[in-house]
Amino acid sequence: MPAPAGLVVEVRKLRGAFALTAAFAAPAPSVVALFGRSGSGKSTLVNLIAGLLRPDAGCIRLGERTLCDTAAGIDVPVESRRIGYVFQDARLFPHLSVAANLRYGERRAPAPRAASRFEELIALLGLERLLSRLPHQLSGGERQRVALGRALLCQPHLLLLDEPLASLDAARREEVLPYLEALRNRLALPMIYVSHQFEEVLRLATHVVLLEEGHIRAHGSLESVSLDPALQAVLGPDLTGAVLEGVVGAVDAADGSAELRVGGGTLRVSLAGVGPGDRVRLQVLARDVILAVQPITGLSVRNALPGTVTAVADDAFGALVSLDVGGVTVLSRITRAAQRSLALRPGDAAWALFKAISTRGHAYRRP
Amino acid sequence: MAAEGCTALPWRDPDWPRAGLPCHSADDARSISAPDMNGLLRPAETEALLLSLEVALRSVLFSLPPAILIAWILARTRFPGRTLLDAFVHLPLVLPPVAVGYVLLLLLGSRGPLGRWLAGHFGMHLAFTTAGAALATAVMTFPLLVRAVRLSMEGVDPGLEEAARTLGAGRLDRFASITLPLVVPGILAGLVTAFAAGLGEFGAVITFAANIPGVSRTLPLALYTAMQSPAGDETALRLAVLSFALGFAGLLLAELLVRRLRHRREH
Repeated sequence: MPAPAGLVVEVRKLRGAFALTAAFAAPAPSVVALFGRSGSGKSTLVNLIAGLLRPDAGCIRLGERTLCDTAAGIDVPVESRRIGYVFQDARLFPHLSVAANLRYGERRAPAPRAASRFEELIALLGLERLLSRLPHQLSGGERQRVALGRALLCQPHLLLLDEPLASLDAARREEVLPYLEALRNRLALPMIYVSHQFEEVLRLATHVVLLEEGHIRAHGSLESVSLDPALQAVLGPDLTGAVLEGVVGAVDAADGSAELRVGGGTLRVSLAGVGPGDRVRLQVLARDVILAVQPITGLSVRNALPGTVTAVADDAFGALVSLDVGGVTVLSRITRAAQRSLALRPGDAAWALFKAISTRGHAYRRP
Repeated sequence: MAAEGCTALPWRDPDWPRAGLPCHSADDARSISAPDMNGLLRPAETEALLLSLEVALRSVLFSLPPAILIAWILARTRFPGRTLLDAFVHLPLVLPPVAVGYVLLLLLGSRGPLGRWLAGHFGMHLAFTTAGAALATAVMTFPLLVRAVRLSMEGVDPGLEEAARTLGAGRLDRFASITLPLVVPGILAGLVTAFAAGLGEFGAVITFAANIPGVSRTLPLALYTAMQSPAGDETALRLAVLSFALGFAGLLLAELLVRRLRHRREH
C-alpha cells in the first residue's frame, strides 16, 4: 500500500487516560477518511500529523520528508511542515478581511506564488463576492470555504480537514460538500478527512481508517472497509452496505437512471448529473438487498444479480450475507428466520435483488 | 506621607534640590494661587496640568512595551516562577506609593547602584527630574496596563494562533500578525486607564522626584501644595475639580474605546 509519495504514520500518544496507537499508510493522491465515533482519537491523530501535538513515540513521513521521528530526534515544527489544516470551527482571523485571510498563508509559502492560482482557487471555491467581507459577515458554509481556500493557498503537501462540516446544518453542508468534491477531483493533493458522518466519507474518501478508542480497527480502500464487520458495528444496521465503484455506461436522463458497470456486471441505478464514462461510487445498503435462491421474474426490481454466497455472519441485528456477484461483493441483511428457511451457506448460488432507487451514488471523479 | 518624603532622605542625597523643597513656603503658595486673567486656569495651574499630562504620557509610553511582554508571558506561558512574577507585577497596587518611590530613590538616586551607572555611562539623572516623575508614575500604573492587556490576550482564542502556525507563521510573526492586533482594544483601554491614573500619582512622584514647580509639581502635588497654604483653598478646589474631570473623562474614554472596538469585530 505505501506508495513513494504517500503518507506513512506510526505513532503512539498518551493523553491522560486516553492512549492512541495508530499505524497506517496511504498512497499519494488519496483522500483518507479518519472515521470513528466522537472520542475515538481522530482529532488527536490529525493534530499529531499537523505537529500541534507531539507523539510519545513513532514517526510520520510524507513522501520523501520525515516530519517526525522520535527515535531520530526529528520534529519539524508546525509552521515548516507545509500541511494545510481546515479546522471544524474555521478559525478565520476575525480582524482580517476574507482576502487577507486567504493571502495569509500564501504570503508565507516559500514557493513563488502564481497569480493565476489565487484567481483559480477563488473561482473554484466561489469566493469572488466575499473577498472584502469580514469573517463575522459570512455564513458558516462560506467561512469553511474561506478556511479551505486559505489552507490551500499556502501550497500544502497534505490537507487535513478536521470535521469541517460538523458545526453546519444540512443545508450549509451542501454549501461546502460540492466544493470539496471539486477540489478532490481537480487537485492531486492528498487529504485526510476527519468525520463521523459516513455520508461525507462516501462522497469524498478513497480510503478509510476506522478508529475506535484510540486504535485502528480497519483500514484500506473504502470498498474493502465497507465489508469489514468493525465498520458495520459502528455504522449500525441502517447504514451498513457494500460500497461499489463503477463506470457510468448508458444514461437515461428522462428516467433519472443510468447503467453502471461494476466488476463483471452491470447495475441499473438512480443517478443524476452524471455522464457516460464518469467514475461513480455508490453504496448498496444491506437492508435493501433481497436474496433469492432461484431466479425470479415479474418484479419491479431493476437489479437481479446472480452470485455466490461467500460468508454468512450472525450478528446482533440478524444475519448478514456476503454475496460475490461478478467479482464484487454485495451485502444483504436478512432476519434469522429468513436465514433458517433459506439455510444459505458459503458456496451456495443466490440472486441479489435491489431497486435502482435504493442506491446512494456519487460521481467521485470525472474521466 | 509627604512630610516624610521631604525630611527622610534629602540630606543624604546631594542632588536634592533644596531650592524647590516640597516643604511649602509662603512663596510657593503665592505662586500657585497667583491670579491669571487670561483664561480659565492660572499659569501655575496650567503648568501643573501640562506637566501632569507630560508625565502621564511619558509613563505609559515607557511602560507599554514591557507591559505587553509581561502580559504575554502571564497569559500564554507556563513556568514555575509564574505566580511569583504575577505577584511581583501587581505589587505597586498594594504597596504604599511612598515605599515605591523610596526604593526607586535607593536604586536610581545619584548614590544608588543603578543611578550611578546611568549617570556614569549616559549622563542620565532620573531622581528629581520630570523623567524621574514619569518613571515613578510608570511603575505605579504598570499593573493596570499589564492587567488590561493580559485579560484581552486571554480572550484571544489560542486556536487562531494554531491556525496561523499551520499557515507557516513563526512565533514572532504570529504575535505581530494575530495576537497583537486582536488585543488592541485591551491595549488602548489599558493605556487610557493607566494614563488617567498616572495624572494623579502622588506618593511615588513626590518621593522620587520631589515637588519642584515645572519639573515634578504635577496636579496632585500642586493641589497638595495649595492645601498646605493658608490662601490656597480656592486653588485647591479648582485643582480637585480639574482632577475629577480628567479622571472621569479618561475612564469614560477607555470604556467607549473598548465598546467601539468590540462592536466592530463582533464574532
